[in-house]
Amino acid sequence: MEQPAYQNPLRTGAMRPAELLPWLAAGSGFFLFPDYLQLGAQILIMVLFAMSLDMILGYAGIVSLGHAALFGTGAYTAGILSAHIGWSEPLSGLVIAGLVAGVVGLVCGAVILYTRGLTLLMLTLAVTILLQELANEQEHWTGGDDGLQGVVMQPLFGVFEFDLYGRTAYLYALAVLFVVFLAARAIVNSSFGQSLRGIRENERRMHAIGCPVYRQMLRAYTIAAVMAGVAGALLAQTTEFVALDVLSFERSGDVMIMLILGGTGRLYGAFIGAPLYMILQDQLAKLSPEYWLFGIGALLVATILYAPEGMLGLAERLRAWVRREDS
Amino acid sequence: MSEPLLEVRDLSKSFGALVVADAVSLTLRPGARHALIGPNGAGKTTLVNLITGTVEPSGGVILLDGHDITHWPQARRVKGGLARTFQINTLFRGLSVLENVCMAVSERRSLSARLWRRADARGDVIAEAMALLESVKLDADAQRQVRELPYGRQRLVELAIALGLHPKVLLLDEPAAGVPSTESHVLLEAVAGLPESIAVLMIEHDMDIVFRFAETITVLVSGAILTEGTPAEVGADPRVREVYLGENAELHGGRR
Repeated sequence: MEQPAYQNPLRTGAMRPAELLPWLAAGSGFFLFPDYLQLGAQILIMVLFAMSLDMILGYAGIVSLGHAALFGTGAYTAGILSAHIGWSEPLSGLVIAGLVAGVVGLVCGAVILYTRGLTLLMLTLAVTILLQELANEQEHWTGGDDGLQGVVMQPLFGVFEFDLYGRTAYLYALAVLFVVFLAARAIVNSSFGQSLRGIRENERRMHAIGCPVYRQMLRAYTIAAVMAGVAGALLAQTTEFVALDVLSFERSGDVMIMLILGGTGRLYGAFIGAPLYMILQDQLAKLSPEYWLFGIGALLVATILYAPEGMLGLAERLRAWVRREDS
Repeated sequence: MSEPLLEVRDLSKSFGALVVADAVSLTLRPGARHALIGPNGAGKTTLVNLITGTVEPSGGVILLDGHDITHWPQARRVKGGLARTFQINTLFRGLSVLENVCMAVSERRSLSARLWRRADARGDVIAEAMALLESVKLDADAQRQVRELPYGRQRLVELAIALGLHPKVLLLDEPAAGVPSTESHVLLEAVAGLPESIAVLMIEHDMDIVFRFAETITVLVSGAILTEGTPAEVGADPRVREVYLGENAELHGGRR
């Protein structure tokens, strides 16, 4: 076949060397910070959760303040499976939790996505509040305010016990994150992913070129729901506990802040934002248990003012500037 | 005579007491080069919105290639061969020119439901989009973001997206609005180069372009058709001069 005169003109899907960095960092973290692996596992889980928000917010442009609904659904599904039904095999529990969250996402999305803007925002919020209240009321199943006790995980693959140091938890979360990331990366670089970008950039035009916009958005919402559910399930499984705060407004807000700090619509924003937010939170809370939120707030204000596209956006701008100076 | 590709019968739309389309009837046959003119506020864009399905009509029927599409959703009409451009650029501003056109091509090929295969590996889609960009002389700008292009060049992207849908009926809503007169020939050449078989309806204020392009002209005033005829007939009609052309000092007075 004749080679076209232009070289890979979209350049969206090719793996770049820089993409290895977060994985090298996460991998070396296991050896460098053996005392922080529990925190590390939680960071990886929030990376996954923020990445799932990126799928709808960054790619399809759906602004949701209720993404915790899906995270919490996954967490409670995995927790209840083990605590009440005795299904304590982690991998299958993870898959079931992802599927349940996907179904919840599909049903909620089917209603929510008929709306736009503020109405949509309020509906996502309402769903989370409803689910949290439901979890609060159904004490028999969820433990209500006290949280769900009695979650026990069987060893991973029947071999690797979930240890006190979080070694298994960390590697388990890292492996799941990697697999889900590969899928998410393929999806956002596919024709479907391009179509989501189109909806974000100009929904009117997408209608005018014959795109079934509602169906595409619902697909994206459901995929993001599965990812969020898997993240929630990971948290339940690695901590062997589920608290009501998995369904809280704060969690929805936190994950959005993480994504905005890192940068939306890039998939890797989650890899910057979640660790940045959580490590800062950890350090600031040690420094000043009362005022740590002030530090987070200041960082957010600075980001919005000086790096509205997040840390990755800032990095891209710097790189473009350096190149211009060079030439 | 061949069967009409687009037939609009007694199409009406009113918002309360305001009638924006008053029993409008139009027929486009294969190969039609039809212009729709009329003073500002005559309801020309509303007519396009009614035909494409962004506005629900109060009455009347729309037939596309023999099918009654009056109540079809917008996307289905597009798949049926109806494409439009917008009076004000309606583009994917944060994406490259090439990606803008690829969007239309892959939607036409129904690829947008494909989750796994990389979009940039679809050489056929990219090659087709590049060919379209060449046809409107935008190939050199393929990699630039749309928002970096001057407005007039963005108008060409607007056209290329519509062409990427392989329409049977193409509705052009003031394609030359905002295009410097030195560049409007590129646009006209692209329109002139369209396949003979498709029907084109163009809304345009620039009378030079209208008279060069159109074989039939419909004059719309206050939502109703005043007259329809060949450019010579319409140009000679005193009523047309009075309501529309009279606004300009002379026939070729340009816009407004």
